[in-house]
Amino acid sequence: MYFYTYDGSFEGLLTVVFEAYERKAWPTAIEQEHLAQPSMFGENIRVVTDEQKASRVWQGLQRKLSAAALESLYYTYLWEQAGFERLIFDYARLVFDSAESVEGNYTAPFILQVQQIYKQVHREKHRMEAFVRFQKTADGLFYASVSPDFNVLPLIVRHFEKRYADQRWAIYDTIRRYGVYYDLKKTDFVQLENPGLTPKQQGVLKASEYDENETKYQLLWQVYFDNVNIPERKNPKLHLRHIPKRYWKYLSEKQPRLH
Amino acid sequence: MDSKISDKLKILADAAKYDVSCSSSGGKRKNDNKGLGNAEGMGICHSYTEDGRCVSLLKILLTNFCIFDCAYCVTRKSNDVQRAAFTVQEVVDLTINFYRRNYIEGLFLSSGIFKNADYTMERLVRVAKKLRQEHKFNGYIHLKTIPGASDELIKEAGLYADRLSVNIELPSEKSLQSLAPEKNYGEILVPMGSIKDQLVQAKEESKLFKSTPKFAPAGQSTQLIVGATAESDQQILQLSDQLYKGYSLKRVYYSGYVPISTDSRLSIITEPPIIRENRIYQADWLMRFYGFDVKEIVDEQHPNLDLDIDPKLSWALRNRHAFPVEINTADYEMILRVPGIGVKSAKKIVSARRFAPLQFDHLRQMGVVLKRAKYFITCQTRSLQRQDFDSEQLRRKILFGDGSVRSALLTQQLDLFRQVG
Ligand code: SF4
Repeated sequence: MYFYTYDGSFEGLLTVVFEAYERKAWPTAIEQEHLAQPSMFGENIRVVTDEQKASRVWQGLQRKLSAAALESLYYTYLWEQAGFERLIFDYARLVFDSAESVEGNYTAPFILQVQQIYKQVHREKHRMEAFVRFQKTADGLFYASVSPDFNVLPLIVRHFEKRYADQRWAIYDTIRRYGVYYDLKKTDFVQLENPGLTPKQQGVLKASEYDENETKYQLLWQVYFDNVNIPERKNPKLHLRHIPKRYWKYLSEKQPRLH
Repeated sequence: MDSKISDKLKILADAAKYDVSCSSSGGKRKNDNKGLGNAEGMGICHSYTEDGRCVSLLKILLTNFCIFDCAYCVTRKSNDVQRAAFTVQEVVDLTINFYRRNYIEGLFLSSGIFKNADYTMERLVRVAKKLRQEHKFNGYIHLKTIPGASDELIKEAGLYADRLSVNIELPSEKSLQSLAPEKNYGEILVPMGSIKDQLVQAKEESKLFKSTPKFAPAGQSTQLIVGATAESDQQILQLSDQLYKGYSLKRVYYSGYVPISTDSRLSIITEPPIIRENRIYQADWLMRFYGFDVKEIVDEQHPNLDLDIDPKLSWALRNRHAFPVEINTADYEMILRVPGIGVKSAKKIVSARRFAPLQFDHLRQMGVVLKRAKYFITCQTRSLQRQDFDSEQLRRKILFGDGSVRSALLTQQLDLFRQVG
């Protein structure tokens, strides 16, 4: 029995794959260091992330997988739900051990599952792209905070860079407590540790920090939303399926009416 | 000024909402000038109205003053409603500020006819031009062309807009004559034809010269009103078919008539025909993505779609000789015709069966709705269905389940854009 631990990074996880092959010691479990309980039985293997080993594994996968399949493996990492390490490991192992391409073999349960995870994460990514609402601050920054089900921030950067090339913007993930910030030239990952604040207050703007016209446009958007509705066609079930309640917190049109 | 803008927005959003198109897809405009916005690829729905429709664009009229008197339209001259008009600058400001906050993908601008067609069209074009040139706006712009506007203006509109539309509204010449006496089919189809020619020409030229200006890269669309007049589904779908083929339309939208008008020229209905509208969308979908010919969906014997079941199931029940389909060997096209199997599952099936013979369990995991599909397929010649049912029995089984007696119409999902399963 081999219990692997790693630092939680994607490169770290790929290094685990490398080490497992090197030792021919197939993992009983793969866990992040800070979460793992050392086991009394079997061997504990603490893997140190190694860029070179990781990239050799990745290149190996690249040789045998399409870009779409590689992407779904990365998405599985960002999915972050229990067991994702195992899935990625099993997938990689099947790829390395098969002479032929395994892609599209939906009769293998974890290949179908990775594909379904891809869909879930993709949907969340898409929802963030749709439901993020920027608020303009007094110094001209367009700011939004989000709390996505999966770690999709790295996935939405490209979309917003392309769209908002001429304005400074930032999106902050209040659950994972990091953000992305675009300064008109490039986008960086940022931490927002405001020492005076509790974790809950990090990344929340005060009313006084907004641009003077911010409320006006939120109000106009509410007015618009109320007037495009056709009451004769009301269909709450369908409405909820498209915007589940947990996304309402982002949407100014779903907040009490401003005056 | 604020409350003035908000009053105008109320009136002019309300007046625009019966145009159901809100799509922002099919654009090709990239942000390569470090400007604002990007309209590549699929559009995004940034919100949904309480009736479940996608909110993707700021959809407004420039003005709801109109010199015409079309019976089905809230904006018609004889209707007693509040009137308002935006200035060009006001529309530009709203669009930019909504876009910057990620509320919208762009603008869908239409208008009542103020003074005359060209006068109105010229202003619509000015809004689009200003957005593109002064604000380097690369978001989506959909302009409605005003009936009777000059060719030059329509041509100019196409330079700035991603999509142009000419609404036909009424599915036959006869209805148009009685409900919109100032309009005629010729006047509607001429600009449609000239947009099509421009589209073709721009495409040809762009093969020769890299720098050819883009002309409405997301193509043109139109809308038909369903249920305000007496046309059958067959008439409506045949018209759509001609429009797709003859005018290369990207989309035909169908708008179940909302009885907003008491005008005596209209058929009297009390509720919008939402289920019928939904069925027509499904049929339209079958023609565009499932390889169905319009004649397979409606014909002289079946001029109207079945409201209880979707048109694909309906076709399958009329064509039992084509089934059962063997999942492991049938062509993709035929798998696509099985009720309960959509485009995505059909693709998965064709991909997975290269690796192993498929069983019913595989199908279930891939998202096939076996409850429906089981009557029409075999897996390695095995069937889940021991008995043979005739079409009428099948129809009842699928509608009501094996035992339950719920009314199908009540439990129908009214999702307009649901794929045909
Ligand atoms: S011309 Fe257009 S806006 Fe005017 S009444 Fe007819 S449909 Fe309505």
